[in-house]
Amino acid sequence: MKYFSVEYISIFAGFILLLIGLWGIISQKNILKIIISFSIIDTSIHLILVSVGYIKNRTAPIIDGPVTRADAAQQVTDPVPQALVLTAIVIGVGITALMLSYALKLYEKNKSLEIDKYKSLKW
Amino acid sequence: MIRNSILLLIIAGLAFIFYHELSAYHGNDGLNETANYYATKGLSEVGAANLVTSVVVTYRGLDTLGEVTILFLTAAILALMFKTSHSQKETQKRITSELLITASNVLLPVIFLVGIYIFINGHLTPGGGFQGGAVLASAMVLMLLSISGRKIKHAVLDFIEAISGIAFVLLGILGIFLAGGFLDNSIFSLGTFGELFSAGAIPVIYSFIGLKVGAELSNIILVLNQTQNVEK
Repeated sequence: MKYFSVEYISIFAGFILLLIGLWGIISQKNILKIIISFSIIDTSIHLILVSVGYIKNRTAPIIDGPVTRADAAQQVTDPVPQALVLTAIVIGVGITALMLSYALKLYEKNKSLEIDKYKSLKW
Repeated sequence: MIRNSILLLIIAGLAFIFYHELSAYHGNDGLNETANYYATKGLSEVGAANLVTSVVVTYRGLDTLGEVTILFLTAAILALMFKTSHSQKETQKRITSELLITASNVLLPVIFLVGIYIFINGHLTPGGGFQGGAVLASAMVLMLLSISGRKIKHAVLDFIEAISGIAFVLLGILGIFLAGGFLDNSIFSLGTFGELFSAGAIPVIYSFIGLKVGAELSNIILVLNQTQNVEK
């Protein structure tokens, strides 16, 4: 059963999380819930990216203990997606902070977090 | 009703696409060319035991500089949006429990130590500047919770952030003159593989990144905390 290995399960979980997040963004009315949905999508993409870099029966890309210097290329998983995800997590923090602060400003101005109350960008 | 069914259609369509992606996906058999280069040549070129660190700090160091800049921008925009008048007299003081104060006095030095350990050992263990910086910022959250009365000075954080940012860029520029290019880590000797003082400039650069990230995240938390106090 090829679908019951680690990389398939984690990619599948990532896709499910992505769909949940997208559903939340489209269907929810509360701005805070929309922001939470954005965070879920963020996490799902991290999960998918990391599992794309996974290689079966290999270990983390750190040269220590059983992983020897000479044949590191045969023993470690792909370090590039992991570095990308490290970058993406930090940027995700920044984006979440900005979204939350905009929500706070909107609430200060109109005393409402319902997205239906904001008509100024609708056409 | 129509809205809901359109939504359901969109989600179902995406799920169909994802199902095709998943069934067509077959796992990797080996490293691709770039990763293979990092895993073979990178060890002697960079000398970091943690390959992710060698990618983040040296090979893609410019991206990391941009990333730190994005965090700085976030902190700057937040500070601009919530420019508070510095009259914090009307904020009533929360009464902090004795338990929290004592526990945080014990824990704060330990948390700071763990954060610093994490970013100094970034080239040997699965740690690094960003993780260590986040741990430092969590110490700041504990400090804010336990000592509600005391004001934490923005100036100190800004100073740490500015100094470490400048040092990061200067170390990068030093690489142009002394070594192969911008952010090349072989400006110091590479040392023995696997030791604390190895991998050239990576521990130094990662320490500055850790300090900068810690200061920026703390700044974000402080700004949000102060607006909360003003609104009450």
